[in-house]
Amino acid sequence: MKYTITTIATAAAVAATVVFSGVTPAASAGNNAFVVTNPTTKEECSACHMAYPPGFLPKRSWQAIMSDLSNHFGEDASLDDAATREITNYLVSMAPAEIRGLNSSYTIIRISQMPWFTREHGARRVAYAKSRADIGSISNCTACHRGAERGYFDDD
Amino acid sequence: MKKQTGILALTVAAGVLGLAGFAVANASRDAILQGYAQQAGVSSFSAEAGKALFLSTNTTGKPETPSCTTCHTSNPLNPGKTRVGKPIDPLAVSRVPDRFTDPAKVEKWFRRNCKSVLGRECTPQEKGDFIAYMSSI
Repeated sequence: MKYTITTIATAAAVAATVVFSGVTPAASAGNNAFVVTNPTTKEECSACHMAYPPGFLPKRSWQAIMSDLSNHFGEDASLDDAATREITNYLVSMAPAEIRGLNSSYTIIRISQMPWFTREHGARRVAYAKSRADIGSISNCTACHRGAERGYFDDD
Repeated sequence: MKKQTGILALTVAAGVLGLAGFAVANASRDAILQGYAQQAGVSSFSAEAGKALFLSTNTTGKPETPSCTTCHTSNPLNPGKTRVGKPIDPLAVSRVPDRFTDPAKVEKWFRRNCKSVLGRECTPQEKGDFIAYMSSI
């Protein structure tokens, strides 16, 4: 019930934004680092997991991930050269150079190890996600954040 | 003759249901299988061998994915789940009719998943056997 109310409120807020600002979500989303707008990125990454938005990691992390897709967290996720290049360009261009709280000499490739992530979730939620068969892992954003793919994560 | 009747019935049924692509989808899969048969130098594939490959547990690939069943479960009629919890449609053609009909997609996933599970690419023979199994159940 709480969720329904939140959803309606969110929908109303979004509608109000669209009506009053005169900017369509698609147009404004082009500059939003928390919504994946590149179709190739969306399609390829979301074959296995939610296409994580570029704003979650600094540029150097995306570079590191995309240059080793054959060893992608225990799986071969390699793509052809054209797709790899397009996705790398998109993620790196949209991601911030630095993210607060992370030493610039340190390249984290797991979003779940980013300081902002561990602060927001904590070990208890990580363990909870893993223990629930219908969630699977803390990497499954949409299991709890229903609006994650639209860049909405504040529903906790 | 019996086969022709079957195809006709299928085409009619597909047309009635508005699934005109169904018969075409089978032709695409046949073409993919034919390609693998040519590469392997064989005239047919073994669903049994495909099943054995699907169920096999391996130590040559990545430790996180010792078997196809790690993500697809041991029953291809059922949906699977990626390692982060995202659902995967069943592999069985009877459940998902357009399985193994897009050559680029088929090659992409065999390349990735065979490397993940076996630590090497699959042979044309193995790919054909695998599709034969998924088409037989």
